[in-house]
Amino acid sequence: MDLFEYQGKQYFARHGIAISPGAVADTVAAAVSAADQVGYPVVVKAQVQVGGRGKAGGIKLAHTADEVRFHAGNILGMDIKGHVVRRLWIEKASDIKKEYYASFTLDRSARQHLGMLSAQGGVDIEEVAATNPAAIALLHVDPHTGLSEAAVRDWVARAALDAEAVEGAVDILQKLYACYVNGDASLAEINPLILTPAHEVRALDAKVSLDEAALFRHPEWAEFTGLESLDEREREAAEKDLQYVGLAGSVGIIANGAGLAMSTVDIVTQVGGAPANFLDIGGGANADRMVDALTVINDDPAVKAIFINIFGGITRCDEVARGIVEAGRRVTLRAPLVVRLDGTNAVEGRAILTANESDRLLMKPDMLTAAQTAVALAARG
Amino acid sequence: MAIFADANTRVVVQGLTGKQGQFYGLRNRAYGTQVVAGTNPKKAGTDVEGVPIYATVKDAVEQAGANTSFIIVPAAVAADSILEAAQGGVSLIVCVTEHIPAHDQARVYNRLRDEFPHTRLIGPNCAGIITPGVCNIGFHPTEVARPGGPVGVVSRSGTLAYQSLYELTVKGIGQTTCVGIGGDPVPGTNFIDCLAAFDKDPETRAIVLIGEIGGSAEEEAAEYIIRAGIKKPVVAYIAGVTAPPGKKMGHAGAIISGGKGTAAAKMAALTAAGARVAQNPTEIGGLVAAALADLG
Repeated sequence: MDLFEYQGKQYFARHGIAISPGAVADTVAAAVSAADQVGYPVVVKAQVQVGGRGKAGGIKLAHTADEVRFHAGNILGMDIKGHVVRRLWIEKASDIKKEYYASFTLDRSARQHLGMLSAQGGVDIEEVAATNPAAIALLHVDPHTGLSEAAVRDWVARAALDAEAVEGAVDILQKLYACYVNGDASLAEINPLILTPAHEVRALDAKVSLDEAALFRHPEWAEFTGLESLDEREREAAEKDLQYVGLAGSVGIIANGAGLAMSTVDIVTQVGGAPANFLDIGGGANADRMVDALTVINDDPAVKAIFINIFGGITRCDEVARGIVEAGRRVTLRAPLVVRLDGTNAVEGRAILTANESDRLLMKPDMLTAAQTAVALAARG
Repeated sequence: MAIFADANTRVVVQGLTGKQGQFYGLRNRAYGTQVVAGTNPKKAGTDVEGVPIYATVKDAVEQAGANTSFIIVPAAVAADSILEAAQGGVSLIVCVTEHIPAHDQARVYNRLRDEFPHTRLIGPNCAGIITPGVCNIGFHPTEVARPGGPVGVVSRSGTLAYQSLYELTVKGIGQTTCVGIGGDPVPGTNFIDCLAAFDKDPETRAIVLIGEIGGSAEEEAAEYIIRAGIKKPVVAYIAGVTAPPGKKMGHAGAIISGGKGTAAAKMAALTAAGARVAQNPTEIGGLVAAALADLG
């Protein structure tokens, strides 16, 4: 779960990380009153989960209420790379002496946490990584033993931050690690981490991703949910507890298991079709699950054919077949179904479907022919 | 021969008294797996269909001779269950539990590495491990597996492992062992561990490796094939070729992945290491048959 900047900053603040004073606003009037409260000059920042908002005109400095009104009016509703701005973060403008970069994330290869720290922060950090990797000081942290202050001091020294930033950086980096670990984040990134002329070290931006698996021990995360940028289909699928990702094509896909679902999207594309979605129906695809899955796909007007690809492991093909037949009775499907069943009880499953076969329900013996058939049907519209 | 799980494997099921644990634990036993114990501190002294329940893994090891733990418990307690298993003295832990927080996985993995270097963890969030005809721990459908080798299978995805077992079996090709390593960020056992074990196993003549997008485990496996000089043929399949790039958040991921992680990069790395790369799961059977024919 990715947090917006303002949520990330509030998350940082809870873990003692210094941020600039600010407030959230979702109307022009609220932006002005937020600015009045925070004190001028302020920065008006678009809250979108996409990079490059500064270049797109989504971050503006304002010295007066009129300027806030003007910029907030322009930015609210602005489309930044397909993300519509619905919320602003109004923050007291900071005096910046230096911009650094700091982050913690999981290094899957090392199976340890990885801290990255650079004296060359700001928007171009990926460029720094590509052209001058030595400018990013790396620190692997054993998740079992944790992070010591001595290790942080050594890390800050290796990153060659300015002398006047050292104490502030050592403090904020330890807090960032605590936020990352205790806050069950998969990413905690500050870019830029700034040094002010008063030698303060502060987070000027916040990129925080939370590990949804840890939701059970973070009831406070409830405030973050519901604001994610899901499309309508994805929201409907999420309500039905289906693993669904909306795509732009015309072949609806239902498969069991994430691997097989991905593989199905691949094969449809390989034979010249365009998948409308990724949908993992999971184990035990009974009639109710199948009805839910088919309803979500049926509600997508772009879908012209539906490919159901099931490999019965624990899931039994005869149950899936009964589910499909039952779903056909309960949902009026606009598009024809192409079904491939293999694995446990496939013979029984196919027998059930054969009894119900029509030009709206076709059986195919393997993934490839099934994909080809679905793609041809979708092309016919 | 087999890797990690064989006729000497004696399983204690942590979670046997739960609904899922009972279903799969007994299903595994019905296949011939030696399921010798279950654990539940509140139900010690009882039994599940004749399988004795002990308070702890340690008791199951000492009193029932268990040497392997099958963990099928809720995510919130799974990390502690893995540590209990290691402390209890088993040498193999198979954890199928999904949605364990990544920080818990990372903590447990590193603690095992430091304190229990001889204990192998498979999973979490995996299908388990099956040595066909001998031992099945976890979810693998036994109907699609064929005993006797000569192919070792290792997969991140469960359903794609089942599919590849099926593709091999319908061609009359058996399997030595199939290991589900799981798709989570910190797997206890990875591709490299399995490649090394299959390479050493005299009955395994070819290896099927099934990966998917994300992370760099497949690229590292390819580097290992070259570095370790693995001569047994490897047939690979990578799912997610056409998956849309996920929403990228921040720069840290991009900086450490450095272009790795896409299906194309993984397929290229494996091809460069001499692996035969299938374009879809159905091709796996044919490619393995051809590789075995080449061996004569």
